[in-house]
Amino acid sequence: MGALTDLTIADARDGLRAKKFSARELASAHLDAMAAMRDLNVYITETPERAQEMATASDARLARGEGGPLEGVPLAIKDLFCTDGVLTTAGSHILDGFKPPYESTVTANLWRAGATMLGKANLDEFAMGSSNTTSFYGPVKSPWRRPGDNRDLVPGGSSGGSAAAVAARIATGAIGTDTGGSIRQPASFCGIVGVKPTYGRCSRWGIVAFASSLDQAGPLTRSVRDAAIMLRAMAGHDPRDSTSVPRPVPDYEKALTGDIRGLKFGIPREYRIDGMPPEIDTLWERGVAWLKAAGAEPIDISLPHTKYALPTYYIIAPAEASSNLARYDGVRFGLRVPGESLDDMYEKTRAAGFGAEVRRRVLIGTYVLSAGYYDAYYLKAQRVRALIARDFADAFRKCDVILTPTAPSAAFAIGDKADDPIAMYLNDVFTVTVNLAGLPGISVPAGLAAEGLPLGLQLIARAFDEETMFRTAGVLEAAAGFKAKPPMLGA
Amino acid sequence: MLIAGETGDWEMVIGLEVHAQIVSKAKLFSGAATVFGAEPNTQVSFVDAAFPGMLPVINRHCVEQAIKTGLGLGGTINEVSIFDRKNYFYADLPAGYQISQYTRPIVSGGTVSLDLADGTTRTVGITRLHLEQDAGKSLHDQHPTKTYVDLNRSGVALMEIVSEPDLRSPEEVGAYLRKLRAILRYLDTCDGNMEEGSMRCDANVSVRRPGAPYGTRCEIKNVNSVRFVMQAVEYEARRQVTLIEDGGTVEQETRLFDSARGVTRSMRSKEHAHDYRYFPDPDLLPLVLDREMIDAIARRMPELPDAKKDRFMREYKLSNADAGVLVAERASAEFFETVARGRKDPKQAANWVIGELFAALNRQNRTIDASPVTATALAGLLDLIDNGTISGRIAKDVFALMVETGSDAASIVEEKGLRQVTDVAAIETAVDKVIADNAAKVTDYRGGKQALFGWFVGQVMKATGGKANPSAVNDILRKKLAG
Amino acid sequence: MSLDKATVARIATLARIRVAEGDLDRMVGELRNILAWVEQLDAVETAGVDPMTSAVEVTLPQRDDTVSDGGYVDSILANAREPVKSGAGGFFSVPKVVE
Ligand SMILES: [Mg+2]
Ligand SMILES: [Zn+2]
Repeated sequence: MGALTDLTIADARDGLRAKKFSARELASAHLDAMAAMRDLNVYITETPERAQEMATASDARLARGEGGPLEGVPLAIKDLFCTDGVLTTAGSHILDGFKPPYESTVTANLWRAGATMLGKANLDEFAMGSSNTTSFYGPVKSPWRRPGDNRDLVPGGSSGGSAAAVAARIATGAIGTDTGGSIRQPASFCGIVGVKPTYGRCSRWGIVAFASSLDQAGPLTRSVRDAAIMLRAMAGHDPRDSTSVPRPVPDYEKALTGDIRGLKFGIPREYRIDGMPPEIDTLWERGVAWLKAAGAEPIDISLPHTKYALPTYYIIAPAEASSNLARYDGVRFGLRVPGESLDDMYEKTRAAGFGAEVRRRVLIGTYVLSAGYYDAYYLKAQRVRALIARDFADAFRKCDVILTPTAPSAAFAIGDKADDPIAMYLNDVFTVTVNLAGLPGISVPAGLAAEGLPLGLQLIARAFDEETMFRTAGVLEAAAGFKAKPPMLGA
Repeated sequence: MLIAGETGDWEMVIGLEVHAQIVSKAKLFSGAATVFGAEPNTQVSFVDAAFPGMLPVINRHCVEQAIKTGLGLGGTINEVSIFDRKNYFYADLPAGYQISQYTRPIVSGGTVSLDLADGTTRTVGITRLHLEQDAGKSLHDQHPTKTYVDLNRSGVALMEIVSEPDLRSPEEVGAYLRKLRAILRYLDTCDGNMEEGSMRCDANVSVRRPGAPYGTRCEIKNVNSVRFVMQAVEYEARRQVTLIEDGGTVEQETRLFDSARGVTRSMRSKEHAHDYRYFPDPDLLPLVLDREMIDAIARRMPELPDAKKDRFMREYKLSNADAGVLVAERASAEFFETVARGRKDPKQAANWVIGELFAALNRQNRTIDASPVTATALAGLLDLIDNGTISGRIAKDVFALMVETGSDAASIVEEKGLRQVTDVAAIETAVDKVIADNAAKVTDYRGGKQALFGWFVGQVMKATGGKANPSAVNDILRKKLAG
Repeated sequence: MSLDKATVARIATLARIRVAEGDLDRMVGELRNILAWVEQLDAVETAGVDPMTSAVEVTLPQRDDTVSDGGYVDSILANAREPVKSGAGGFFSVPKVVE
């Protein structure tokens, strides 16, 4: 395994254009590395033939002096995106054998930009989780370990396979989805960059739905520039998604000027929570210092409803999920457990097909929507959600971007928090507010915890102001100078 | 109508929910076709089959159709309405939810005016009209142990039109459905074809003592003809009266109408209580309509049956009954008007349309759109009567030939030599001959047997092959017989 | 609002997820914990606050009434268990439903 798997997207793009190596060589290097690292359980399905075919086509285009912005760049695709003719599982038993006869808009956009598919990355079942341990296909192991500690760690989740693939250098970049932090939290755990764009920026068409009002696709990469390049290729208005927003997509890479002089960045006091490791607080302070040093001005802000964001999320997301997952019934695709009657078949199929966490959330969601409880739970949560969105609107009258930690801890061992759903839910305490308000957020690797594991800082921007988010993230990235790699990769 | 029970009179209280399929090329939230009768699952998109990741996008035309219908029913068009998910599991509901409108429908309020047999009218309130998706079709009779599912209908646009519980008899139910159907067909928003399921009716039926509060209602689901709905509500009301009078209580439930036996029965498959868990569909945004668009639709509204009937009575001096028959279908009203326009005697035009034309269509089992005689052709026939070319009696024969051959009246009259004889000299010759040949009858007539006059007219008509102008024959005969 | 076994059983039926009798108690416990936790929201003053209906500020897009989809019965049935061919089309099949 050589330097080819270590390249950023920007470097790979430039190297391919300069004919320093071919797209086939780049794909092969990754396919070999994937085979060597199967123990991490990063991919549910590897697609080597398709990768080679796509790379061959990229080489032909490059030879003609053509090629899109991601020409020849090999990517891991979260197995929540429907890919034409390729097994798509959502990490669930219930989608057994499902090969969609269509391609999601986001992946189609990537292929049009020239990217190569390496395979379908593992994830928490139906994207429900923060540790990638709920997958029917088994947990993903993070390429990171605590020095001197052999326990396998979680990569975070739900886009755990995507994050681990990028960190382990078995994909140049990856796509994930983020409903409550599912891109940013694993990015933080794996020491990479993860972006959740503004709601409506990327089409949801062809993405297996978890919670429709919160789900957004986004990139996971090893640099802010790579994330900017990928998001530009993924995003755009899609007439097939009624919540997709008809706005032009800017060239995000151009926003990386390195100049944030005069920018106002907010520090929300409510993000200082009880029981948070002091080193996270320290890292946050350091982030403030870096941005100040670059000429930006810190502003104290208040997001008073922050502490209600998780309970709000754990009403709205399960409610939407309980309805979105009703279509998995054994009739048209996926698993069917035979039954004596239609209802018997439904109940057996769904009991066998859904894992414990999915069953739990579907039941909670069914309950909060049921007669007599709708107002007390669902409607109440949507009102609190409006207040959370209002908090951000108020804050953005005072600042241009908000700086927070991404997650309240570094990665933990596989099996930890397994018996305590609420402890697991707390992973998303800093990210979930952003989904509820529909805003863009990015996690940038900013340092290592004392135990040698990566920690990220999050930047939140106004809706559709990804440019300010990227510009600030570029400065943060440069200042942090995060160079650490998972120990398993060697020096 | 009151039901006489053992313990006194009962009043039936009925409200109807009509599901009217919107006339559109594509479905409400997908681009799949809506044509009736296609091979199973050939008009299904991945959206209609609820494949993972599929999303709804609304069809503008269906929204406009709902607005048009709302205006036609005199309802209020809500500038903001919301699409909700109605969650339940069934084989022909692939997503496990139906996209419908629950708390905020596109139309609120409205009325339908009923024309009753005794010539009176009665106004029934419309509660609401909302947009929703149709489900697919389950076929239970194709296999001994399986139900087959065809999703061609899944996602087709429906308007659910809910009436107030204002109906009091099967007759009113029939009148309501016929009037609603006429309005929808005038608007071209639903073809009203109950056999093909493009109009389906659920009836909520309860009984009470006259003037008492409402009783517990039962919902009879999916009845597919006007006659069956009338039968079903009558049966159900009587069942409830018998039940109550026997000391039982009516339970709120869903029932099915068995048209073969004319009875309603409890639906076993709906055993567990429903809890539809309505909530706003997060894949869709609120439907916001602008005034301009609503006003533009309002400006393009066609004249509706009630207005047309009033105008026919006023402008053409038609009777209530005749005008009512003509406006029941937009096509017959238009046919009539094409014939009657500019004519001295529009009543005569109405008689021909309602009498001869409708009889001929009935015999041929055709609708007026497929009439063998066009409105212009019928007008041509009436012109020939008016200008004396043919008599009214000959006209009936000519009409029969028009139906048979599709030819126009003038050609038939020419070809068959049916032109009326108005030449006085020719008629006089025929009259003279009849008088000369029937001396005895002439004597009788002159002796006071005035009734023989008709016989003489018949003889002259026979001699002229029926072509003699009847009034000329009368005049000449009367003069000559008088001696 | 305290959740009991009967309620969990009813919810499971509504969601068409079979829960074994023996698992009900554990399920009741788990769901109660989560509900107790989300009930923190009761403390938030929301009088006069409209519920959020959408995370984006755009109006509902509307498409033209043209036939642009469907007509691929083979793809529709390709992933189904026990599909049944019929003429130029075909059916999904499920255990017989008695109405
Ligand atoms: Mg109804
Ligand atoms: Zn309905």
